[in-house]
Amino acid sequence: MKENQRHILSILMENQPGALSRVVGLFSARNFNIESLSVAPTDDDSLSRLTLSTNIAADKLDQVTKQLNKLIDVVKVIDVTHSSHIERDFMLVKVSITKAEIKSEVLNLVNIFRGTIVDVSNEVYVIQLVGTCQKIDAFLEAISPNMIIEVVRTGAVGVLRGNRALKI
Amino acid sequence: MELELTGAEIVIESLKKEGVETLYGYPGGAVLHIYDALYNQQKINHILVRHEQAAVHAADGYARATGKPGIVLVTSGPGATNAITGIATAHMDSIPMVVISGQVPCEMIGNDAFQEVDMIGVSRPVVKHNFLVKDVANLATTIKQAFYVATQGRPGPVVIDIPKDVTAQKTHFKYPKTVNMRSFTPVVKGHSGQINKAIEAILQAKKPMIYTGGGVVLSNASEQLTEFTRLLGYPITNTLMGLGAYPATDKQFVGMLGMHGTYEANLGMHNCDVLIAIGARFDDRVTGNLERFCPYAHIIHIDIDPSSISKNIEAAIPIVGDVKEVLTKINNELKTQKLKPKHDISDWWKQIDEWRAVDCLKYKKSDTVIKPQQAIETLYKVTNGDAYITSDVGQHQMWAAQYYLFDKPRRWINSGGLGTMGFGFPAAMGVKQAFPDADVACVTGEGSIQMMLQELSTCSQYQVPVKIINLNNRYLGMVRQWQEFFYDKRYSMSYMDSLPDFVKLVESYGHVGLLVEKPEDLEPMMKEAFAMKDKLVFMDIITDQSENVYPMIAAGAGQDEMILL
Repeated sequence: MKENQRHILSILMENQPGALSRVVGLFSARNFNIESLSVAPTDDDSLSRLTLSTNIAADKLDQVTKQLNKLIDVVKVIDVTHSSHIERDFMLVKVSITKAEIKSEVLNLVNIFRGTIVDVSNEVYVIQLVGTCQKIDAFLEAISPNMIIEVVRTGAVGVLRGNRALKI
Repeated sequence: MELELTGAEIVIESLKKEGVETLYGYPGGAVLHIYDALYNQQKINHILVRHEQAAVHAADGYARATGKPGIVLVTSGPGATNAITGIATAHMDSIPMVVISGQVPCEMIGNDAFQEVDMIGVSRPVVKHNFLVKDVANLATTIKQAFYVATQGRPGPVVIDIPKDVTAQKTHFKYPKTVNMRSFTPVVKGHSGQINKAIEAILQAKKPMIYTGGGVVLSNASEQLTEFTRLLGYPITNTLMGLGAYPATDKQFVGMLGMHGTYEANLGMHNCDVLIAIGARFDDRVTGNLERFCPYAHIIHIDIDPSSISKNIEAAIPIVGDVKEVLTKINNELKTQKLKPKHDISDWWKQIDEWRAVDCLKYKKSDTVIKPQQAIETLYKVTNGDAYITSDVGQHQMWAAQYYLFDKPRRWINSGGLGTMGFGFPAAMGVKQAFPDADVACVTGEGSIQMMLQELSTCSQYQVPVKIINLNNRYLGMVRQWQEFFYDKRYSMSYMDSLPDFVKLVESYGHVGLLVEKPEDLEPMMKEAFAMKDKLVFMDIITDQSENVYPMIAAGAGQDEMILL
């Protein structure tokens, strides 16, 4: 068995009802995992772009890609992590800050990680953070877990660097 | 000016445009409009089955025998779910099929309406693709796409789910001449660089083996495969799904491979240095233990489905393309450039002949009890090896595959991938309706046949004179065999008690039943059965209860670890 590695797959598919369930159904039926998934229409509204990250061994990745390509609604698939690429994860995290000295510490962290405080109410702060998954993980590790009320992340999205693009 | 038609009429007219002659189905609330449209026309022959699963198997048998897509019409809810086993059977064996299911009206979808089921969701894992048509304006185009997807590339079943209100709405009918789907463009022509590499490797072989599967049958490439094999003079084995693609009576044929394959085929595979896999998918019933599979072989794999290549076994030279196209190209190269194998392989043939001499399909004959193998050999003799044979699933299926030597493709029709008991009888109906003048026999057992017995009624109504060869050993034989080998003879639930009197049963439907108990009666009675051209004859053949299928490779064992009699 080869070792699992994280891959970000970008999938261009028909913007049709049921297309998403075919992709998700394929992963469960073929015993592959999905770590995160996000989907939205592209500039061509007949197409959706689905990005998912999965932990998988190299030999299985080939099979996942082929099976995805076999789905009738799927137009194109690329492994973004295979080439030089930009990846971003987006997070909103709600934290509770009751003591003044902790407040400055958190604000400091938000600055260091280039986050933004987007809402404040009753000692509850909503922080917005954009970056690679590792950066967001690092931020969450840096603040005390008992301060966190709720975390919401989009999961990774990515594009290839340069003029290469996932288009038809 | 074009006529305005209802959705129901569009369904029927579209099927006519696709050249559909036979439709298998069962009416119900959600498809009443479609059945009404069917009532006023003569072109499409609708066969009313007695259970929707049988409709799908019958259409499947029709498709396997003719190469044309099988067509099914069922109602919503239970009609649709009853069809699922049949659809999954076709999916696993890549059979082209279009299944039209009724659906509750659009505005009721999701309301848990009467006879509502999410057919798109339920069928999704077992179809090549499915469509829900919510606007009558898209109906004709969708049907065109469904036929295109079902038949092009690696074939498979496609479901079209049509809500009842859509079948009542009217629109102008125009059936598209062509279809273009940007997300479905199967590769047909093989890559010429890969083909040249493959030819090079093929000619270098010292111990070659050609291993071919159902893809050769689906691609109608028998002729090309036969030419290829003869040009090279190499040994060839077929999978269960590929039988008949190469003439079984030919000297270069070493028999079926796999779990119940021949000694010479499996050892040939295990020891070969170049393996030429064509339209086969390295199924676990073929490979056994993957670690021990073909350890010395350089593997060339030709398949139309890229996901079949290097799925279970890594191919050194993959060629994605239609088997017929690729083989034609290779044959042309071999002939025009007068290419010949580089090595003399007579030692390899000598080795294979030694394995052949083991005679792994020998069995103990008896004067007192009918051996199931003997029943198949008699069937072969009586039908001159030229019948269409469908089968159910179990020991009888393996014996039919081993002892009926298929010289032509599309003559052997069985559920290889899903292994669906109950498949054989309705499939035989479909075959017989496609080829009314041919001998069509269903080889079955008393377990399998009871899963689709209700179709005896359909066969009376439409006068479908198939022959049913029931190898009756009063056991679920394959289960019993595994329990004998691997569960210390604890025969849990494998005994078939309370069997009906099959002769009386079929007579009550107006058919002929023959009970065969003595070995000496087998041949004369089988001749008698096949002489009754216009009668369905059910031969209830009482066979040896303890007979096992040999050779056998236990699940998870290597190709070279065969259990012989």
